Amino acid sequence: MNLPTINKKRITELLKQDKRLDGRTPFQYRDIKIETNVSNKAEGSARVTIGKTEVIAGVKMATQTPYTDHDDEGTMTTSMELSPICGERYELGPPKINAIEIARVVDRGLRESGFIDWKKLCITPKEKVWSINIDIYCINDDGSALDASALAALVALKTARFPEYDKETDTINYGEFTDTPLPLTKNQALSMTFYKIGDSLILDPNREEEDASEARLTLAIAKPEKDRIISAMQKGGQTPMTADELIKIIEQSEKNYDEKFPEIEKKIKDLMK
Amino acid sequence: MPYEKRADGREMNELRPIQAKVGVVPNADGSALFGAGKTIAIAAVYGPKPLHPAHMKKADTGIIRCEYNMLPFSVTERARPGPSRRSKEISMITENALAGVIDLKRFPGTVIDVQIMIVQADAGTRCAGINAAAMALAHAGIVMKEMISSVAIGKIDDKIATDITKEEEDYHDGEGPTDIPFTITSNSKEITHLQLDGYIQTHRFKESIEAAKIACEKLNEIQIRALKGEEIDENKEKEK
Repeated sequence: MNLPTINKKRITELLKQDKRLDGRTPFQYRDIKIETNVSNKAEGSARVTIGKTEVIAGVKMATQTPYTDHDDEGTMTTSMELSPICGERYELGPPKINAIEIARVVDRGLRESGFIDWKKLCITPKEKVWSINIDIYCINDDGSALDASALAALVALKTARFPEYDKETDTINYGEFTDTPLPLTKNQALSMTFYKIGDSLILDPNREEEDASEARLTLAIAKPEKDRIISAMQKGGQTPMTADELIKIIEQSEKNYDEKFPEIEKKIKDLMK
Repeated sequence: MPYEKRADGREMNELRPIQAKVGVVPNADGSALFGAGKTIAIAAVYGPKPLHPAHMKKADTGIIRCEYNMLPFSVTERARPGPSRRSKEISMITENALAGVIDLKRFPGTVIDVQIMIVQADAGTRCAGINAAAMALAHAGIVMKEMISSVAIGKIDDKIATDITKEEEDYHDGEGPTDIPFTITSNSKEITHLQLDGYIQTHRFKESIEAAKIACEKLNEIQIRALKGEEIDENKEKEK
Protein backbone atom coordinates (compact mmCIF):
# COMPACT_ATOMS: atom_id res chain seq x y z
CA MET A 1 0.00 0.00 0.00
CA ASN A 2 2.40 2.69 1.23
CA LEU A 3 5.43 0.52 1.17
CA PRO A 4 8.61 2.22 -0.02
CA THR A 5 9.90 0.55 -3.19
CA ILE A 6 13.23 -0.14 -1.57
CA ASN A 7 11.65 -2.33 1.14
CA LYS A 8 9.71 -4.27 -1.42
CA LYS A 9 12.88 -4.83 -3.41
CA ARG A 10 14.71 -6.03 -0.32
CA ILE A 11 11.88 -8.40 0.65
CA THR A 12 11.72 -9.81 -2.88
CA GLU A 13 15.48 -10.23 -3.16
CA LEU A 14 15.73 -12.00 0.18
CA LEU A 15 12.91 -14.37 -0.69
CA LYS A 16 14.85 -15.54 -3.71
CA GLN A 17 17.21 -17.08 -1.15
CA ASP A 18 14.23 -18.33 0.93
CA LYS A 19 14.94 -15.72 3.59
CA ARG A 20 12.73 -13.15 5.28
CA LEU A 21 13.53 -9.88 7.04
CA ASP A 22 12.45 -11.24 10.43
CA GLY A 23 14.51 -14.40 10.00
CA ARG A 24 11.65 -16.79 9.29
CA THR A 25 11.60 -19.36 6.50
CA PRO A 26 8.97 -18.80 3.78
CA PHE A 27 6.28 -21.05 5.25
CA GLN A 28 7.01 -20.47 8.90
CA TYR A 29 4.29 -18.88 11.05
CA ARG A 30 4.84 -16.42 13.85
CA ASP A 31 3.65 -17.45 17.33
CA ILE A 32 -0.07 -18.18 17.38
CA LYS A 33 -1.99 -17.65 20.61
CA ILE A 34 -5.64 -18.42 21.14
CA GLU A 35 -7.82 -17.30 24.05
CA THR A 36 -11.52 -17.64 24.68
CA ASN A 37 -14.18 -15.73 26.61
CA VAL A 38 -13.28 -12.26 25.38
CA SER A 39 -16.77 -11.08 26.24
CA ASN A 40 -19.01 -12.84 28.76
CA LYS A 41 -22.01 -11.32 27.00
CA ALA A 42 -21.29 -13.19 23.80
CA GLU A 43 -22.59 -16.70 23.24
CA GLY A 44 -19.04 -17.53 22.19
CA SER A 45 -15.88 -15.46 21.68
CA ALA A 46 -12.19 -15.75 20.98
CA ARG A 47 -8.98 -13.78 20.65
CA VAL A 48 -6.26 -14.84 18.24
CA THR A 49 -2.84 -13.30 18.03
CA ILE A 50 -0.37 -14.13 15.30
CA GLY A 51 2.80 -12.26 16.11
CA LYS A 52 1.71 -8.69 16.69
CA THR A 53 -1.56 -9.13 14.84
CA GLU A 54 -4.57 -9.39 17.13
CA VAL A 55 -8.15 -10.21 16.20
CA ILE A 56 -11.20 -10.80 18.37
CA ALA A 57 -14.43 -12.47 17.32
CA GLY A 58 -17.78 -12.89 19.02
CA VAL A 59 -20.85 -14.98 18.28
CA LYS A 60 -24.35 -13.70 19.03
CA MET A 61 -27.44 -15.83 18.46
CA ALA A 62 -30.89 -14.64 17.43
CA THR A 63 -33.98 -16.10 15.81
CA GLN A 64 -35.49 -15.16 12.48
CA THR A 65 -37.85 -16.44 9.81
CA PRO A 66 -35.95 -18.76 7.48
CA TYR A 67 -35.14 -18.01 3.85
CA THR A 68 -37.81 -19.52 1.62
CA ASP A 69 -35.34 -21.64 -0.34
CA HIS A 70 -33.88 -23.15 2.86
CA ASP A 71 -36.93 -23.06 5.08
CA ASP A 72 -35.67 -25.62 7.58
CA GLU A 73 -32.14 -24.33 8.00
CA GLY A 74 -30.53 -21.78 10.27
CA THR A 75 -28.59 -18.79 8.94
CA MET A 76 -25.23 -17.18 9.54
CA THR A 77 -23.87 -13.69 8.97
CA THR A 78 -20.19 -12.85 9.25
CA SER A 79 -18.89 -9.31 9.44
CA MET A 80 -15.40 -7.97 9.90
CA GLU A 81 -14.03 -4.54 10.69
CA LEU A 82 -10.59 -3.11 10.18
CA SER A 83 -11.39 0.02 12.13
CA PRO A 84 -8.94 2.86 12.84
CA ILE A 85 -7.92 1.28 16.16
CA CYS A 86 -5.87 -1.41 14.41
CA GLY A 87 -3.57 0.78 12.35
CA GLU A 88 -2.94 4.27 11.09
CA ARG A 89 -3.97 3.46 7.53
CA TYR A 90 -7.56 2.58 8.44
CA GLU A 91 -10.28 5.17 8.30
CA LEU A 92 -13.62 5.66 9.98
CA GLY A 93 -16.78 4.49 8.34
CA PRO A 94 -18.56 1.32 7.38
CA PRO A 95 -16.36 -1.68 6.49
CA LYS A 96 -14.46 -1.15 3.26
CA ILE A 97 -13.82 -3.72 0.60
CA ASN A 98 -10.74 -5.31 2.22
CA ALA A 99 -12.66 -6.00 5.44
CA ILE A 100 -15.73 -7.14 3.50
CA GLU A 101 -13.59 -9.57 1.55
CA ILE A 102 -12.11 -11.03 4.74
CA ALA A 103 -15.61 -11.48 6.18
CA ARG A 104 -16.79 -13.23 3.03
CA VAL A 105 -13.78 -15.52 2.77
CA VAL A 106 -14.06 -16.47 6.46
CA ASP A 107 -17.80 -17.03 6.05
CA ARG A 108 -17.33 -19.27 3.06
CA GLY A 109 -14.63 -21.32 4.78
CA LEU A 110 -16.96 -22.05 7.69
CA ARG A 111 -20.08 -22.49 5.60
CA GLU A 112 -18.87 -24.67 2.77
CA SER A 113 -16.94 -27.18 4.87
CA GLY A 114 -20.18 -28.54 6.32
CA PHE A 115 -18.92 -27.49 9.75
CA ILE A 116 -22.36 -26.27 10.83
CA ASP A 117 -25.40 -28.53 10.81
CA TRP A 118 -27.89 -26.02 9.47
CA LYS A 119 -30.92 -28.29 9.85
CA LYS A 120 -30.31 -28.58 13.58
CA LEU A 121 -30.60 -24.79 13.79
CA CYS A 122 -34.23 -25.04 12.72
CA ILE A 123 -36.80 -24.35 15.43
CA THR A 124 -40.04 -24.60 13.44
CA PRO A 125 -39.76 -25.28 9.70
CA LYS A 126 -40.91 -22.38 7.51
CA GLU A 127 -41.39 -20.23 10.61
CA LYS A 128 -38.44 -19.90 12.93
CA VAL A 129 -34.75 -20.72 12.78
CA TRP A 130 -31.65 -19.72 14.71
CA SER A 131 -29.35 -17.15 13.16
CA ILE A 132 -25.66 -16.96 14.00
CA ASN A 133 -23.95 -13.59 13.92
CA ILE A 134 -20.17 -13.61 13.87
CA ASP A 135 -18.52 -10.24 14.39
CA ILE A 136 -14.79 -9.99 13.89
CA TYR A 137 -12.71 -7.00 14.93
CA CYS A 138 -9.05 -6.42 14.25
CA ILE A 139 -7.30 -4.83 17.25
CA ASN A 140 -3.82 -4.60 15.76
CA ASP A 141 -3.01 -5.33 12.15
CA ASP A 142 0.51 -6.55 11.49
CA GLY A 143 -0.37 -8.76 8.55
CA SER A 144 -2.34 -12.01 8.18
CA ALA A 145 -5.55 -10.55 9.57
CA LEU A 146 -7.40 -12.93 7.27
CA ASP A 147 -6.07 -16.17 8.74
CA ALA A 148 -6.31 -14.74 12.26
CA SER A 149 -9.95 -13.81 11.60
CA ALA A 150 -10.80 -17.25 10.30
CA LEU A 151 -9.26 -18.93 13.31
CA ALA A 152 -10.93 -16.54 15.77
CA ALA A 153 -14.33 -17.09 14.13
CA LEU A 154 -13.88 -20.85 14.26
CA VAL A 155 -12.94 -20.88 17.95
CA ALA A 156 -15.74 -18.45 18.82
CA LEU A 157 -18.21 -20.85 17.19
CA LYS A 158 -16.75 -23.81 19.01
CA THR A 159 -17.06 -22.14 22.40
CA ALA A 160 -20.58 -20.83 21.73
CA ARG A 161 -23.53 -21.99 23.83
CA PHE A 162 -27.17 -21.37 22.99
CA PRO A 163 -28.90 -18.71 25.07
CA GLU A 164 -32.07 -19.73 26.91
CA TYR A 165 -35.04 -19.69 24.56
CA ASP A 166 -38.79 -19.92 25.12
CA LYS A 167 -40.40 -21.49 22.09
CA GLU A 168 -43.95 -20.56 23.13
CA THR A 169 -43.31 -16.83 23.18
CA ASP A 170 -40.28 -16.84 20.85
CA THR A 171 -38.19 -14.89 23.31
CA ILE A 172 -34.51 -15.31 23.99
CA ASN A 173 -33.41 -14.80 27.54
CA TYR A 174 -30.11 -13.14 26.67
CA GLY A 175 -27.44 -13.39 29.31
CA GLU A 176 -28.69 -16.81 30.46
CA PHE A 177 -26.77 -19.54 28.69
CA THR A 178 -27.65 -23.19 28.29
CA ASP A 179 -24.99 -25.90 28.19
CA THR A 180 -25.92 -26.75 24.61
CA PRO A 181 -23.15 -26.10 22.10
CA LEU A 182 -23.93 -25.17 18.50
CA PRO A 183 -24.56 -28.13 16.17
CA LEU A 184 -21.04 -28.40 14.75
CA THR A 185 -19.57 -31.33 12.86
CA LYS A 186 -16.10 -32.82 12.62
CA ASN A 187 -15.55 -31.00 9.33
CA GLN A 188 -13.54 -28.28 10.91
CA ALA A 189 -11.76 -26.29 8.23
CA LEU A 190 -8.75 -24.16 8.97
CA SER A 191 -7.80 -21.33 6.70
CA MET A 192 -4.36 -20.87 5.24
CA THR A 193 -3.43 -17.96 2.99
CA PHE A 194 -0.45 -17.99 0.65
CA TYR A 195 0.98 -14.68 -0.52
CA LYS A 196 2.89 -14.20 -3.71
CA ILE A 197 5.83 -11.81 -3.69
CA GLY A 198 7.80 -11.72 -6.93
CA ASP A 199 8.17 -15.38 -7.85
CA SER A 200 8.12 -16.53 -4.25
CA LEU A 201 5.33 -17.75 -2.01
CA ILE A 202 5.06 -17.22 1.73
CA LEU A 203 2.67 -17.87 4.60
CA ASP A 204 1.78 -15.53 7.46
CA PRO A 205 3.16 -12.25 6.09
CA ASN A 206 3.79 -9.37 8.44
CA ARG A 207 2.48 -5.92 7.46
CA GLU A 208 5.38 -5.06 5.16
CA GLU A 209 5.31 -8.40 3.43
CA GLU A 210 1.56 -8.24 2.96
CA ASP A 211 2.01 -4.80 1.38
CA ALA A 212 4.75 -6.16 -0.84
CA SER A 213 2.62 -9.08 -2.02
CA GLU A 214 0.97 -8.97 -5.41
CA ALA A 215 -1.52 -11.76 -5.03
CA ARG A 216 -2.76 -14.24 -2.47
CA LEU A 217 -4.67 -17.47 -2.30
CA THR A 218 -6.75 -18.53 0.68
CA LEU A 219 -7.59 -22.19 1.21
CA ALA A 220 -9.89 -23.62 3.84
CA ILE A 221 -8.67 -27.12 4.51
CA ALA A 222 -10.32 -29.90 6.48
CA LYS A 223 -9.63 -33.57 7.01
CA PRO A 224 -12.96 -35.19 7.82
CA GLU A 225 -11.81 -38.65 6.77
CA LYS A 226 -8.57 -39.96 5.37
CA ASP A 227 -8.18 -37.27 2.74
CA ARG A 228 -7.59 -33.61 3.18
CA ILE A 229 -10.22 -31.54 1.42
CA ILE A 230 -10.31 -27.94 0.35
CA SER A 231 -13.69 -26.50 1.25
CA ALA A 232 -13.21 -22.94 0.09
CA MET A 233 -10.73 -21.04 -1.98
CA GLN A 234 -10.29 -17.42 -2.91
CA LYS A 235 -7.65 -15.67 -4.91
CA GLY A 236 -6.98 -12.06 -4.02
CA GLY A 237 -4.92 -9.35 -5.66
CA GLN A 238 -4.63 -8.39 -9.29
CA THR A 239 -1.50 -10.28 -10.28
CA PRO A 240 -2.29 -13.62 -11.90
CA MET A 241 -0.94 -16.93 -10.64
CA THR A 242 0.31 -19.72 -12.86
CA ALA A 243 -0.98 -23.27 -12.76
CA ASP A 244 2.43 -24.34 -11.49
CA GLU A 245 2.13 -21.92 -8.64
CA LEU A 246 -1.32 -23.26 -7.78
CA ILE A 247 0.00 -26.81 -7.70
CA LYS A 248 2.91 -25.71 -5.57
CA ILE A 249 0.49 -24.05 -3.18
CA ILE A 250 -1.70 -27.13 -2.90
CA GLU A 251 1.33 -29.33 -2.24
CA GLN A 252 2.71 -26.95 0.31
CA SER A 253 -0.70 -26.60 1.95
CA GLU A 254 -0.90 -30.37 2.48
CA LYS A 255 2.52 -30.36 4.05
CA ASN A 256 1.65 -27.40 6.14
CA TYR A 257 -1.66 -28.86 7.20
CA ASP A 258 0.08 -31.93 8.55
CA GLU A 259 2.87 -29.98 10.24
CA LYS A 260 1.17 -26.95 11.67
CA PHE A 261 -2.49 -27.73 12.13
CA PRO A 262 -2.25 -30.53 14.71
CA GLU A 263 -0.63 -27.94 16.96
CA ILE A 264 -3.43 -25.43 16.35
CA GLU A 265 -6.08 -28.09 16.81
CA LYS A 266 -4.46 -29.15 20.05
CA LYS A 267 -4.50 -25.55 21.26
CA ILE A 268 -8.21 -25.36 20.45
CA LYS A 269 -8.89 -28.69 22.15
CA ASP A 270 -7.04 -27.60 25.28
CA LEU A 271 -9.17 -24.48 25.42
CA MET A 272 -12.37 -26.48 25.17
CA LYS A 273 -11.59 -28.49 28.30
CA MET B 1 -37.30 -3.51 49.16
CA PRO B 2 -34.82 -0.78 50.11
CA TYR B 3 -31.36 -1.10 48.62
CA GLU B 4 -29.24 -2.00 51.65
CA LYS B 5 -26.53 -4.28 50.37
CA ARG B 6 -24.94 -4.28 46.96
CA ALA B 7 -25.49 -7.43 44.94
CA ASP B 8 -21.75 -8.02 44.49
CA GLY B 9 -21.01 -7.41 48.16
CA ARG B 10 -19.12 -4.13 47.69
CA GLU B 11 -19.23 -1.20 50.09
CA MET B 12 -21.31 1.68 48.77
CA ASN B 13 -18.15 3.72 48.09
CA GLU B 14 -16.11 0.85 46.69
CA LEU B 15 -14.96 0.57 43.07
CA ARG B 16 -15.18 -2.71 41.19
CA PRO B 17 -11.91 -4.65 40.72
CA ILE B 18 -9.91 -2.61 38.23
CA GLN B 19 -7.83 -3.80 35.30
CA ALA B 20 -5.32 -1.40 33.74
CA LYS B 21 -2.51 -1.87 31.28
CA VAL B 22 -0.84 0.21 28.58
CA GLY B 23 0.58 -0.77 25.20
CA VAL B 24 -2.20 -3.12 24.15
CA VAL B 25 -2.21 -1.94 20.50
CA PRO B 26 1.38 -2.01 19.23
CA ASN B 27 0.52 -0.12 16.02
CA ALA B 28 -0.81 2.89 17.91
CA ASP B 29 1.21 5.82 19.25
CA GLY B 30 -0.35 5.10 22.63
CA SER B 31 -2.87 2.58 23.87
CA ALA B 32 -4.43 1.22 27.03
CA LEU B 33 -6.89 -1.26 28.43
CA PHE B 34 -9.13 -0.27 31.31
CA GLY B 35 -11.60 -2.56 33.01
CA ALA B 36 -13.96 -2.08 35.91
CA GLY B 37 -15.50 -5.36 37.00
CA LYS B 38 -16.95 -6.92 33.90
CA THR B 39 -16.74 -3.77 31.79
CA ILE B 40 -13.68 -3.76 29.53
CA ALA B 41 -12.55 -0.93 27.24
CA ILE B 42 -9.50 -0.53 25.08
CA ALA B 43 -8.32 2.74 23.60
CA ALA B 44 -5.72 3.63 20.99
CA VAL B 45 -4.29 7.05 20.13
CA TYR B 46 -2.95 7.98 16.70
CA GLY B 47 -1.42 11.41 16.34
CA PRO B 48 -0.98 14.31 16.44
CA LYS B 49 -1.05 13.92 12.67
CA PRO B 50 -2.06 16.03 9.66
CA LEU B 51 -5.80 16.54 9.57
CA HIS B 52 -7.97 15.46 6.68
CA PRO B 53 -10.42 16.72 5.50
CA ALA B 54 -8.63 20.05 5.33
CA HIS B 55 -11.71 22.16 6.00
CA MET B 56 -11.74 20.85 9.58
CA LYS B 57 -8.19 22.09 10.07
CA LYS B 58 -7.66 24.93 12.53
CA ALA B 59 -4.64 27.17 12.04
CA ASP B 60 -4.18 28.02 15.71
CA THR B 61 -4.94 24.74 17.40
CA GLY B 62 -5.09 20.99 17.00
CA ILE B 63 -8.30 19.05 17.46
CA ILE B 64 -9.13 15.80 19.17
CA ARG B 65 -11.40 13.29 17.51
CA CYS B 66 -12.85 10.37 19.49
CA GLU B 67 -14.72 7.34 18.33
CA TYR B 68 -16.58 5.26 20.90
CA ASN B 69 -17.50 1.88 19.52
CA MET B 70 -19.53 -0.73 21.38
CA LEU B 71 -18.75 -4.11 19.83
CA PRO B 72 -21.79 -6.15 18.75
CA PHE B 73 -20.95 -8.99 21.14
CA SER B 74 -20.16 -6.78 24.13
CA VAL B 75 -23.81 -6.74 25.20
CA THR B 76 -26.44 -9.41 25.78
CA GLU B 77 -28.53 -8.65 22.70
CA ARG B 78 -26.28 -8.07 19.68
CA ALA B 79 -25.65 -4.36 19.09
CA ARG B 80 -25.79 -3.25 15.49
CA PRO B 81 -22.25 -2.46 14.33
CA GLY B 82 -21.37 1.07 13.33
CA PRO B 83 -22.21 4.46 14.81
CA SER B 84 -25.54 5.03 16.55
CA ARG B 85 -27.00 8.20 18.03
CA ARG B 86 -25.89 6.96 21.44
CA SER B 87 -22.32 6.20 20.36
CA LYS B 88 -22.01 9.55 18.57
CA GLU B 89 -23.05 11.37 21.71
CA ILE B 90 -20.63 9.39 23.86
CA SER B 91 -17.83 10.03 21.34
CA MET B 92 -18.54 13.75 21.68
CA ILE B 93 -18.65 13.85 25.48
CA THR B 94 -15.42 11.82 25.52
CA GLU B 95 -13.80 14.43 23.28
CA ASN B 96 -14.99 17.15 25.60
CA ALA B 97 -13.79 15.27 28.67
CA LEU B 98 -10.30 14.87 27.20
CA ALA B 99 -9.87 18.17 25.36
CA GLY B 100 -9.72 20.15 28.59
CA VAL B 101 -6.48 18.56 29.77
CA ILE B 102 -4.61 18.49 26.47
CA ASP B 103 -2.73 21.54 25.30
CA LEU B 104 -4.09 21.34 21.77
CA LYS B 105 -2.57 24.74 20.92
CA ARG B 106 0.81 23.03 20.79
CA PHE B 107 -0.28 21.05 17.74
CA PRO B 108 -1.86 23.55 15.32
CA GLY B 109 -3.47 22.12 12.20
CA THR B 110 -3.33 18.53 13.44
CA VAL B 111 -5.68 15.93 14.81
CA ILE B 112 -5.31 13.46 17.64
CA ASP B 113 -7.44 10.42 16.89
CA VAL B 114 -8.69 8.42 19.86
CA GLN B 115 -10.32 5.07 19.15
CA ILE B 116 -12.29 3.38 21.90
CA MET B 117 -13.71 -0.13 21.77
CA ILE B 118 -15.99 -1.59 24.41
CA VAL B 119 -15.26 -5.30 24.35
CA GLN B 120 -17.48 -6.35 27.24
CA ALA B 121 -20.17 -4.15 28.78
CA ASP B 122 -21.54 -4.14 32.31
CA ALA B 123 -22.46 -0.46 32.75
CA GLY B 124 -20.00 2.41 33.06
CA THR B 125 -18.69 1.88 29.54
CA ARG B 126 -18.26 5.58 28.75
CA CYS B 127 -16.26 6.02 31.97
CA ALA B 128 -14.10 2.99 31.22
CA GLY B 129 -13.60 4.37 27.69
CA ILE B 130 -12.53 7.76 29.02
CA ASN B 131 -10.15 6.18 31.55
CA ALA B 132 -8.57 4.03 28.84
CA ALA B 133 -8.36 7.01 26.46
CA ALA B 134 -6.69 9.24 29.06
CA MET B 135 -4.11 6.55 29.73
CA ALA B 136 -3.57 6.00 26.00
CA LEU B 137 -2.96 9.74 25.49
CA ALA B 138 -0.37 9.81 28.25
CA HIS B 139 1.15 6.61 26.90
CA ALA B 140 1.45 8.30 23.50
CA GLY B 141 3.54 10.97 25.19
CA ILE B 142 1.05 13.73 24.48
CA VAL B 143 1.56 16.58 26.91
CA MET B 144 -1.32 16.71 29.35
CA LYS B 145 -1.91 19.41 31.91
CA GLU B 146 -3.16 16.74 34.26
CA MET B 147 -4.66 13.27 34.24
CA ILE B 148 -8.38 12.61 34.21
CA SER B 149 -10.36 9.77 35.75
CA SER B 150 -13.95 8.86 35.21
CA VAL B 151 -16.51 7.01 37.31
CA ALA B 152 -20.25 6.41 37.27
CA ILE B 153 -21.78 7.31 40.59
CA GLY B 154 -25.26 5.95 41.07
CA LYS B 155 -28.17 6.61 43.30
CA ILE B 156 -29.75 3.21 43.70
CA ASP B 157 -33.03 3.66 45.57
CA ASP B 158 -31.78 6.26 48.10
CA LYS B 159 -28.19 5.04 48.39
CA ILE B 160 -25.28 6.77 46.72
CA ALA B 161 -23.17 3.99 45.20
CA THR B 162 -19.81 4.17 43.43
CA ASP B 163 -19.14 2.55 40.05
CA ILE B 164 -22.52 0.96 39.48
CA THR B 165 -23.12 -2.25 37.52
CA LYS B 166 -25.78 -3.06 34.95
CA GLU B 167 -27.67 -4.99 37.61
CA GLU B 168 -27.78 -1.83 39.74
CA GLU B 169 -28.77 0.29 36.78
CA ASP B 170 -31.76 -2.03 36.41
CA TYR B 171 -32.83 -1.81 40.08
CA HIS B 172 -36.32 -0.39 40.02
CA ASP B 173 -37.50 -0.53 43.65
CA GLY B 174 -37.82 2.55 45.83
CA GLU B 175 -36.41 5.61 44.13
CA GLY B 176 -35.05 3.43 41.34
CA PRO B 177 -31.72 3.86 39.59
CA THR B 178 -29.91 7.10 38.80
CA ASP B 179 -26.70 7.14 36.82
CA ILE B 180 -24.31 10.08 37.24
CA PRO B 181 -21.06 9.66 35.32
CA PHE B 182 -18.31 12.10 36.32
CA THR B 183 -14.89 12.82 34.86
CA ILE B 184 -12.57 14.70 37.18
CA THR B 185 -9.06 16.08 36.68
CA SER B 186 -6.33 14.74 38.94
CA ASN B 187 -4.91 17.93 40.44
CA SER B 188 -7.30 20.83 40.07
CA LYS B 189 -10.30 18.51 40.65
CA GLU B 190 -12.19 20.15 37.83
CA ILE B 191 -15.08 18.32 36.25
CA THR B 192 -14.63 17.84 32.51
CA HIS B 193 -17.67 15.63 31.99
CA LEU B 194 -20.92 15.18 33.86
CA GLN B 195 -24.20 13.57 32.93
CA LEU B 196 -27.24 12.42 34.86
CA ASP B 197 -29.87 9.90 33.99
CA GLY B 198 -32.64 9.47 36.53
CA TYR B 199 -33.13 11.94 39.38
CA ILE B 200 -31.45 13.11 42.54
CA GLN B 201 -32.58 15.52 45.26
CA THR B 202 -30.65 18.79 44.96
CA HIS B 203 -29.44 18.57 48.56
CA ARG B 204 -27.97 15.11 47.87
CA PHE B 205 -26.08 16.02 44.74
CA LYS B 206 -23.05 17.08 46.79
CA GLU B 207 -22.78 13.53 48.13
CA SER B 208 -22.40 12.25 44.59
CA ILE B 209 -19.61 14.75 43.87
CA GLU B 210 -17.77 13.70 47.00
CA ALA B 211 -18.13 10.03 46.10
CA ALA B 212 -16.86 10.74 42.59
CA LYS B 213 -13.84 12.67 43.88
CA ILE B 214 -12.81 9.85 46.20
CA ALA B 215 -13.28 7.22 43.49
CA CYS B 216 -11.37 9.26 40.90
CA GLU B 217 -8.45 9.70 43.27
CA LYS B 218 -8.18 5.93 43.58
CA LEU B 219 -8.57 5.50 39.84
CA ASN B 220 -5.89 8.09 39.16
CA GLU B 221 -3.47 6.20 41.35
CA ILE B 222 -4.13 3.01 39.37
CA GLN B 223 -3.81 4.79 36.02
CA ILE B 224 -0.45 6.24 37.03
CA ARG B 225 0.80 2.84 38.20
CA ALA B 226 -0.23 1.31 34.87
CA LEU B 227 1.49 4.13 32.98
CA LYS B 228 4.69 3.30 34.85
CA GLY B 229 4.47 -0.13 33.25
CA GLU B 230 2.59 -2.19 35.83
CA GLU B 231 -0.06 -4.63 34.62
CA ILE B 232 -2.92 -4.28 37.04
CA ASP B 233 -5.68 -6.84 37.44
CA GLU B 234 -7.46 -6.61 40.76
CA ASN B 235 -9.71 -9.55 39.79
CA LYS B 236 -6.66 -11.78 39.97
CA GLU B 237 -5.36 -10.12 43.13
CA LYS B 238 -8.71 -10.85 44.76
CA GLU B 239 -8.56 -14.53 43.83
CA LYS B 240 -5.28 -14.87 45.69
